[in-house]
Amino acid sequence: MKNGIINKILMYVILGIAACSFLYPFIWMIGASLSPEQQIGNMNLFPSEPTMQNFRIMIGKIPIWRSLFNSTLVALFTTALVLFTGSTVGYALARLQFKGRQVIFYIIVFTMSLPFQITLIPNYITMVNLHLVDSYMALIIPFSVSAFAILMFRQAFLGLPQALIDAAHLDGCNELQVIFSVLWPNIIPTIITIGMLTFIGSWNEVLWPLIVIRDEQIMTMPQLVTLFAVGGRADAQLGVKLAAAVLLALPVMIAFLFFQKYFIQSMASSGLKD
Amino acid sequence: MSNSSTKGRIRNGGSNKKSLLPYLLVSPYVLFLLVFVLFPVFFCFYLTFHTWNIISPMKFNGVNNYVRLFMDRMFWLAILNTLKFLVVQIPLQLIISLTLAQLLNQQLRGRSFFRATFFMPVIVSGVVISILWQQLFAYESGIFNRILSAVGVAKVGWLVSPEIAMYSIALMATWKNVGLYVILFLVGLQSVPTQYYEAAKLDGASNWRQFWHITLPMINPTIFMVVILSTIGGFSLFIEPYIITGGGPMNHTLSAVLYIYKQAFQYYNMGYSSTLGFFYAILIMVVVIIQKRLIEKED
Repeated sequence: MKNGIINKILMYVILGIAACSFLYPFIWMIGASLSPEQQIGNMNLFPSEPTMQNFRIMIGKIPIWRSLFNSTLVALFTTALVLFTGSTVGYALARLQFKGRQVIFYIIVFTMSLPFQITLIPNYITMVNLHLVDSYMALIIPFSVSAFAILMFRQAFLGLPQALIDAAHLDGCNELQVIFSVLWPNIIPTIITIGMLTFIGSWNEVLWPLIVIRDEQIMTMPQLVTLFAVGGRADAQLGVKLAAAVLLALPVMIAFLFFQKYFIQSMASSGLKD
Repeated sequence: MSNSSTKGRIRNGGSNKKSLLPYLLVSPYVLFLLVFVLFPVFFCFYLTFHTWNIISPMKFNGVNNYVRLFMDRMFWLAILNTLKFLVVQIPLQLIISLTLAQLLNQQLRGRSFFRATFFMPVIVSGVVISILWQQLFAYESGIFNRILSAVGVAKVGWLVSPEIAMYSIALMATWKNVGLYVILFLVGLQSVPTQYYEAAKLDGASNWRQFWHITLPMINPTIFMVVILSTIGGFSLFIEPYIITGGGPMNHTLSAVLYIYKQAFQYYNMGYSSTLGFFYAILIMVVVIIQKRLIEKED
């Protein structure tokens, strides 16, 4: 029995060390962003003389609030479009008979495993030719359809009884009404999962914005902060860079505190796609 | 477009079974597929036989891009760097995430707190993680070298030593992603039927033997998934070296995607960078298929 207690203590010690190693960097980052530049090197968790100076300098140098707005707008529109196209295509694949259904299904499964490196450069050229460079459209349209979302919706719709759809048709619903007002309320967890994954994915995307956006007023937050950190404008001041990183992290961390259960469930199911 | 929507309406009346409605519903995907998937794949292949800087007209140059690719020491260095990253990241992630998941799968208090803590870096942007870890790795003031100095060990050039820098980035990426794999392993562990363990206990099997002979074989699909996910993620490595080292020191953290990005968007070699992208995508698919085969054979 004594052995069991020692094991238990050991378990908590290991988990505790692991938890500290995950929390410490974030707490340090917030503390450092609130410290005067000379004190950042001390690696203290809490600043002795807290100051907002770093944030003030950073906000004066880059349009960070504008980029917060841009990121929110782009992520919201992308998520709405992915939910819409995912539902309509997923519904057709799950519930309607038509020629080519199997072919489209296999194409979707196949294209999911296509590495993005192959389409990256041609897609940039498409954006140039469509005159979409430096527009919100360039950030939204290439992410507006998701093969993963289509397959998830197809799976969810397959699990619902046909009687539900037939009853809605008798009530005179058209197919869009069937999908969005009759079937959607029955698959809320799927919608939350896809919505969350798409929103986070769009919010954190940085390679694509770096390619298609040059105008600072259209930049997303991760892009703006990246260019601020690698460019010369932070004047090698750590505190200012860290302040930008804190503002970039904060919305996601706050959302995570409130909805962590949904975040974790959603991300866990994203791994199940193979 | 208007024609198809009228027919769609007829189908809703239920009179015309061969309606266009399904096609209307899948049309956004088909359009997307043509414009953003199929066309790019063919166009990418087409570009591999040309030189083009976007502004002046495209020039056909046969297989010169491919010849250049095989002679390009920088590209092979970038591939080597990416493989170094993978070789450290995959086993490290497997071991740490499986250990933490195994611990979390016991009767304990605060499980959801630990789970959430491990998961936090997964959802935070890689940009934040990169800026943050750049400071933790700093030679003079970073926490790692401070700890090493405190215990009397020589400082390590985490980001300044060409031999070490890529492994440092792999360590950071492991820290960022491990929470996701903890969750995946937890799901896997909870799906192992408890009778198996009870039977093993009756036979007097030790915890360690139970882990090797019951747990590991049962969670094989999860291991497979974690390996594939972290392989694909590792092959996409870009923003971390872009922010932390810019590919240095001496190009030893230049990842393949960073190199392709530079060829395309700093030097505007669209033909050559497409060749790199095309070749690299095939390489990734081949590696993933080999992994699949190997793991299926294990069963």
